[in-house]
This record gives sequence, structure tokens and C-alpha cells, in this order.
Amino acid sequence: MSTTFKIFLVLCAALLVVPFVPGLIYPVFVMKVLCYGLFACAFNLLLGFTGLVSFAHAAFLGSAGYVTGALMIRFGGHPLGMPAAFLAGVAAAALVGFAIGGLAIRRKGIYFAMITLALSQIVYFLAVQFRWTGGEDGLQGIPRGSLFGLDLSTDTTMYYVTLGLFAVGFLFVDRIVHSPFGQILQAVRDNEARATSLGYDTDRFKLIAFVLSAGVAGYAGALKALVFQLVSLNDVSLHTSTEVVLMTLLGGVGTIFGPLVGAALVVGLQNYLATIGDLVTVVIGLIFIVCVSFFRRGFVGEFLHLRRRRSERAVRRKALRPAPETSPAAEPA
Amino acid sequence: MSDCALETEGLTKMFGGFTAVRDVALQVKRHTIHALIGPNGAGKTTVFNLLTKVHRPTGGRILYEGTDITADTPATIARRGIVRSFQISATFPHMSVRDNVRVALQRRLGTQYQFWRSIRSLSVLNERAMELLSEVGLADYAEANAADLSYGRKRTLEIATTLALDPPLLLLDEPTQGMALEDVDRIKQLIRKIAQGRTILMVEHNMSVVSDLCHTITVLQRGEILAQGSYGEVSNDPAVKSAYLGGGHA
Repeated sequence: MSTTFKIFLVLCAALLVVPFVPGLIYPVFVMKVLCYGLFACAFNLLLGFTGLVSFAHAAFLGSAGYVTGALMIRFGGHPLGMPAAFLAGVAAAALVGFAIGGLAIRRKGIYFAMITLALSQIVYFLAVQFRWTGGEDGLQGIPRGSLFGLDLSTDTTMYYVTLGLFAVGFLFVDRIVHSPFGQILQAVRDNEARATSLGYDTDRFKLIAFVLSAGVAGYAGALKALVFQLVSLNDVSLHTSTEVVLMTLLGGVGTIFGPLVGAALVVGLQNYLATIGDLVTVVIGLIFIVCVSFFRRGFVGEFLHLRRRRSERAVRRKALRPAPETSPAAEPA
Repeated sequence: MSDCALETEGLTKMFGGFTAVRDVALQVKRHTIHALIGPNGAGKTTVFNLLTKVHRPTGGRILYEGTDITADTPATIARRGIVRSFQISATFPHMSVRDNVRVALQRRLGTQYQFWRSIRSLSVLNERAMELLSEVGLADYAEANAADLSYGRKRTLEIATTLALDPPLLLLDEPTQGMALEDVDRIKQLIRKIAQGRTILMVEHNMSVVSDLCHTITVLQRGEILAQGSYGEVSNDPAVKSAYLGGGHA
């Protein structure tokens, strides 16, 4: 069993008891963290493991939310309504990802990022214009429906379903990273020209990674729509796209758990400092500045770096240490 | 079929109004080491970039084993068996030395798009990867990060990675560029070793490397072929001498 999997099991075990201590930590808050955490994992798949900066991730989160929400409002009563609407949301996000990614990967670096930004603004515009998205009002009062006969309307049931879906999503991302495909992605990130010279069509790998990332972001968006029974323009806004960048960088880009830590931090600050109003943005901004100035690898990234450095030093010390008790005694003065 | 592995006919490249390469007819014989030399600005790198598909030729054709590959993409020619090296060392810095080689081996498995499979499915390649690393003398560094290797070792790793593809034709871009003397000797021996049963075309500045290794030498000047032949023939050619020494302008 890998270390990642062990840590993940401990995390899930801890999260299982949350509904029993509502005084300590509020389950709805944890569900929000899980949704954003998964969203950030999806983003990290692209930034951390493929080396692409996207400003379109809110478009995936939001379009999945809208599709799932709109379908639930119409067919939520059907016994298979929830899984069908959920999957339709994920498929919609992957499709939007295919369209945006397919256009953007023709360019590199900042131009790539700008194209994703422009195209995601079109998605925002459509969300305002369409009638089925509710325009300025968004979709409200989305029914949660039921999953295999399990009524999701109570928060506790929804909590466990959310935790289960989160685990599936997280392990899916972890598998992509640690797969034959993930290995080539890493090669493309490290040295694209070299990967090409070895015979890999790097654009194809980038596009598949983009669609997978969009799909997982949509998975988080569909889940979020069900948890909060609400989808709003904020979900497709540029603000959300930049927030996920922030979460990923704070937690540690290119690490498996970093995005979760970053999401917990940002959502936590927004939640617990809600009383100070707009100043939350200032606090998060300051934390971000401190982060990029002093520990650029993010929380998890710095931790892993320190640990690696320490083990390297231990190895070196062992190698340098002379055989025991053979050091020559000091000459008497 | 001719005895050429790689051939160009009337290869021409213009950048705007400037002709960088004009009507180059190159014949690289199978199982030989062929060098492309010439003073700065002669068009060596442009020819190299045309062969490796970085640039599209303005005119002419490129044939590999008789097949026209002029319109291929860089990834396609690699799959045909033409693998290039780079002027600066080209490794995957954040991967282990072994994984660098394994990335190249992986294409043979055909699982490169399988994102649902475990990475453990690649373990079957470890043995071959270690074999290749021993062959070039890097087995002791298998677990190290490629970024932590010295410059000479990075270039060695690059060669091991290239060998993993077992390519019939190697295109080397200044393989000894920026190397210390003892490293140059090591790379020279390595090139001689890997040339067994392969065709190699290299762009190289270091004349000791060219004279020791290469069977045929093509000298370029101002984008055109100035001379062609063995080192002895080429080095005694008056046109080549004047091109390198500046001739009457010196």
C-alpha cells in the first residue's frame, strides 16, 4: 500500500466521524471543502502534472453544475434522476473542456492561458443569456433526489455520499498521475521537445489531460450543485477560476494532497472570517504574498521538500561518518 | 534500393528573403557516421532543423530509406526510427534516471494513453532500463533525479534514453558541445559503440571528434555544400581551407 493511500485512508476515517460532532465542525462546511478540494485537484492535474495554466476551470465547474441542476429540477423525482443528472454534468464539462482545450493547446504559455480565459468568458456570457440557466438568478432550490433508493435530502446522508464521491474522484486523479499516461504527461511537462523526439504526440497528451481535468472539475461542480442545491453565476466566473489557482499554489502545486490543503485553507478562512466581510480578501491576499515570497512550494510542497532534504542529509552523514572508535586520539600537548 | 539511409534532394530553406539553405543534396550511407561541418552561419543547424522537422523546407525533398518524409511531423519521424539529440542536454529533470529511460521504452508497450492503469504495469520495463544504464555506465545513478547529474552524465543519460528506442538512424546535434576533455573522450567512445549497426548523422564543431569518428564529412558554407568526402579529402580541399581560414580576406 502506498503512503499516499495510507494518508488518504486516515483522512477519510477522520472525515467519517464529522457528522457526530456537529458542534466541533460543521458537516456542510466540510462538504464545501471537499467539493473545492476536488476542484483544485482537477486544476492541479493540469498545472502541476502537465504544466498548463488554465483560467477556464470555473467554466467546467459551472457548466457541470448548471446541467446537473437543470436536469434535477426537471427529473429529480425519477429514481435514476440523480446519477443520470450527475453524469450528464460531468459529460458536459468534459465536452466544454474538449472545445476549449482543443483550441487552446495550439498555443503555448501565456497565450494558452489567455485563450482559456477568453473562451471561459464566453461560457459566462452564455450562462447569463440562456433561459435554462436562470440568468442572473442562477438555479435555486435544486432537489438532491435519491441515489439507489437513498434519500439525499438530509445533510447527514448527503455528507456520506459526498465523502464517497469525493474519495472516488480523488483516487481517480491519483491514478491518472500514477499511470503510464501520467508518466508521459510528466515527461511532456519536464521537456516537451524531448518527449516529441521520443515519438510522443505531445499535443494529444495535453488535450486528453485537459479533458480529464475538465471532467473532474465538472464532477466537483455537479457535486457542489447537489450539496448546496444552488448554482449561480459565481460558479462560472473568473473569480472562481483564479481562486482555484490560489488554492493549488497555497497547498503545493504538483503534490497530491496540496490542493486539498489549499482548498481547506481558503474555504476555511472565507468561512470563519466571514464576520469581517470583504477584509477576508485582504487576509487571503496577504497570505498569498507571504506564500509566494517565502515558501513557493506551498504548504505540502515545503513539507515534502524539508523531509527529503533531511533524509538526504542523513544519508550523507552516514556515508561520511568514519568507522566507529578509530579516530586517532589527540596528541598530548 | 539505394544504400542511403537518409537522402535530401534540392533541400532549400528561405527565411523571408534570406536563403539559409540552398539546394542541398545530402547522402548519408547506411551504417556510417556522417558529419555536417562548416563555419558559423553556414546553415548546419538549419539543415539539422529541417531534417528533424523543426522547420518546413521551402523546397526539396527528404527521403528516409526511400520514403518521402518531407511532410512528416517530429513525432512521426521518431516513430519511423529517426531519433534526434539536442544541443543542450535533454533529460526529464524531475524524473529519476531510470524513469527517463523508461519513458522511451514505454512506447513499445503501447499503453501511453492508458490513464486508468497502474504505474506498476511499467515495472516490466525496469530490467531493460537498467541494462541500458549499465551499458552507458550510469547504473549507480538509477534512483537519482536527472536534474542532479553532472553535465557529462546528463548527456550520457540522453544517449541511453535514445538507445532505448533502438533507432536505426540517429541525428546528433553537437554531441560534445560544452564538454570537458575527459567527457569528450567518453562520449566519443560511446558514439563509436552505439554506431554498430546504425547510421549516425551529426553536426559537430570539434575536429578531433569528426576526424576520429566520421566516415564521411559534408562541409557547408553559406547554405550550400562546399565539399564532401573523407576527413583526409575534405581537410586538403583548398576551398574548405579558405572557408575556414578566411582565405584571401584574412
